Amino acid sequence: MDPYILMRNITKVYPNGIAAIKGVDFSVEKGEIHGLIGENGAGKTTLMKILFGMERPTAGTISVAGQTVKMTSPHTAIKMKLGMVQQHFMLVPTFTVAENLVLGMEPKQGITFLLQRAIELTEDLSRQYGLPVPPRAITSDLSVGLQQRVEILKILLRKAECLIFDEPTSVLTPLETKELFCAMQRLATEGKVIIFITHKLREVKEIADRITILRNGKRVAVCKAADVSEQDITRMMVGEAKIPAPVKRTTVSGPSVLSVRGLTCQRKDGHIAVCNLSFDVAAGEILAIAGIMGNGQTELVEALTGLYPCLTGTITVNGEDVSTASPRRIRLCGLSHIPADRMGRGIAAPGSITDNLIIDRYFKAEFSRHSIFGLRKKQIRQHGEILRQRFNIKAPTAMMPVQLLSGGNMQRVVIAREFTAAANLMIADQPTQGIDIASTLDVRQRLLDDRNAGKAILLISADLSEILQLADRIVVLYNGEITAHFSTPAEITTEELGYYMLGAAQQAGPEIEQAA
Amino acid sequence: MADILQAVLNVGFAFAIIRITTPIAFAALGAIITDLAGTINIALEGIMLQAAFWGVFVSAITQNVWLGLAAGVLSGLSLAAILGYLNLHLKADLIIAGIALNILAAGSTVFFLYVLAGDRGVSVSLRSLVLPSIVLPVIAEIPAIGAIISGHHILTYVAILAVFVLHYLLYKTPFGLRLRAVGEHPVAAQSVGISTVKIKFIALLLSGLLASLGGLFISMGYVSWFSRDMIAGRGFIGLIAAAVAGRSAWRTLGGALIFGTAEALTFVLPIWGIASELTNMFPYVITLIALTIWGRKRIRSGKRQIDNTSGDRKF
Repeated sequence: MDPYILMRNITKVYPNGIAAIKGVDFSVEKGEIHGLIGENGAGKTTLMKILFGMERPTAGTISVAGQTVKMTSPHTAIKMKLGMVQQHFMLVPTFTVAENLVLGMEPKQGITFLLQRAIELTEDLSRQYGLPVPPRAITSDLSVGLQQRVEILKILLRKAECLIFDEPTSVLTPLETKELFCAMQRLATEGKVIIFITHKLREVKEIADRITILRNGKRVAVCKAADVSEQDITRMMVGEAKIPAPVKRTTVSGPSVLSVRGLTCQRKDGHIAVCNLSFDVAAGEILAIAGIMGNGQTELVEALTGLYPCLTGTITVNGEDVSTASPRRIRLCGLSHIPADRMGRGIAAPGSITDNLIIDRYFKAEFSRHSIFGLRKKQIRQHGEILRQRFNIKAPTAMMPVQLLSGGNMQRVVIAREFTAAANLMIADQPTQGIDIASTLDVRQRLLDDRNAGKAILLISADLSEILQLADRIVVLYNGEITAHFSTPAEITTEELGYYMLGAAQQAGPEIEQAA
Repeated sequence: MADILQAVLNVGFAFAIIRITTPIAFAALGAIITDLAGTINIALEGIMLQAAFWGVFVSAITQNVWLGLAAGVLSGLSLAAILGYLNLHLKADLIIAGIALNILAAGSTVFFLYVLAGDRGVSVSLRSLVLPSIVLPVIAEIPAIGAIISGHHILTYVAILAVFVLHYLLYKTPFGLRLRAVGEHPVAAQSVGISTVKIKFIALLLSGLLASLGGLFISMGYVSWFSRDMIAGRGFIGLIAAAVAGRSAWRTLGGALIFGTAEALTFVLPIWGIASELTNMFPYVITLIALTIWGRKRIRSGKRQIDNTSGDRKF
């Protein structure tokens, strides 16, 4: 029997000459959950966009249920009973769940929209597939997990036989992930075809029947999930050579570079997000802030970098009081900053790679003649080109707009700028979030190198293993306060750290004061 | 003071408010429909002017008031269609195209008035007709209320009817659902096969239709002639009334009533001895005040939105 979905020898070359996919074969059987795994930029999303008709392949054929089709648009794909759950949900926020579900195929009588009928349809469908949703609720009031469920139902209502999930767990809580996996399994037993794009090894091992691994636009392997270990998959995803040796720690801390005393920050709605924080970061050390997101990390970083004013307290960078200074002034005092919000704060998406690389330094004598016409174009171009090569940003030239890059390469632009800033203090806020294994390892190595070169680094990360691997000292932030301080991270476990992060335990005052 | 109260608290004044609100309400309803579809019809003013002229001209030539009405509506619709074509097919900037059409309407009406009728500025040589007024049976007999509600121009009643129809269209029909989806999340609408271009085009045409009726009311009811720039900003005031009122046809009517009242006051305030040069500013000053209040409200709700998103931002 032919596989339900069969993609043969798919190649995609973009007009700018980058080959995103080179001769990939891909097939999925009925009733199967198929994991499509690979690093950022490996071509997973491109391959699925081609299958779903959002992009045209340069070469290759697609057949669905034994029938060769030209996928010219998502409408063709929907007609062929394919459906895609995008990372960004296709739901109208102010509509009710039922309205979103029937949009485009509304039940009606004459010219009147039958809301009651839409609600019944929603209830029937959600009973049929065991995916409960509140039909009358306003969509924007729902949790991300429920919104995703509405998306799935929306696809099922359109009679999809094949569901493509694009990194569906990246926005979910662990419990929601579990529920999603149950739903996926149930759909598979009913004979639906499930394609699951991810770069999370554990998930693909847990849920997938078979796995296709992509690397650099090529198919590296297709195998049964049960037959391979996570290490095997990693090796195939990353390639052999890139796994680096562990770094030696040379903890000789110098004088304090960043000093925070009694810092309190208020959110725009009046909520006190950070309360009376005091800590120091010394030259030659990495201080990591552990904590569940939303416990004041964002506000702390915004205060330290001058992006949002703090209420009370002092912030000193290299001996200079910067409590009320502008972001540029603080940067000139020696701060560099990798923001967590990459698209909003890290890059200017329509600008070129070069523009993004000089955005913190264009005014310096090196690049500017200090008059309004005075940018030194040649030096700027050279600078961009050098950094592009040094930081391995995958683009034909440094003049390319950043928005055309993949997520991982965008982060490389940020990394390139911040690691080459004339600074001895770095605030790295989620520096490896959403980037692939090779880039992650590269960023961590750079952080350690800089630390060894005598820089002070404040690391904020949601990834506990990252914190335990890199930090010389750890503080735990809970509800806007420091609830624990560890000066010897080697001696603590993830579980122990977890207690403090959840607020189940709290150290006594004197121990916390050591942070300062 | 007693004079003022007497001038304001009488049936004549209430009747005047309804009359004066009519063209603003048409413009505002036209604005709300494009607003909900995620587009904006800056050319409302020009469409009203164009319809006002061609209605007067054709009714004078044919001596048939209904042909005048049809001509006015057609001329307004064609302007709206040009805006849709420029913006949706040729991808011209909506604001710039709208401004261009407003200037076109201001220029072309004066041009054709001179070429076709030989008049400069005012259509003195055209014997144009007015659309009829309607005395409502039964209601007209009720004391006070009858005098306020009955006896209005036919288009005033059409405006009231339009509020009902528009409310139903926007909130109770599949078309309304699609239109609001296009306005709020166009990519989501496209992903289920809704053509955003088609929906926006229809919305622009509907707004053109409503604005045309507003323009025709002014030249074939409110007064019985055409004069250059006779819309005097009512199209823009309608846009603002819709923006201030928000996403509902009923509240849009309310917004239009505020501006209509402001304009009606300009006729009675001179009794108090206020210079008419000052009172004539009144509708526009009200507009500025309304925009300021609306802007502040929006900044506040915008802030709340930012806080909401940063509150559950995932890393």
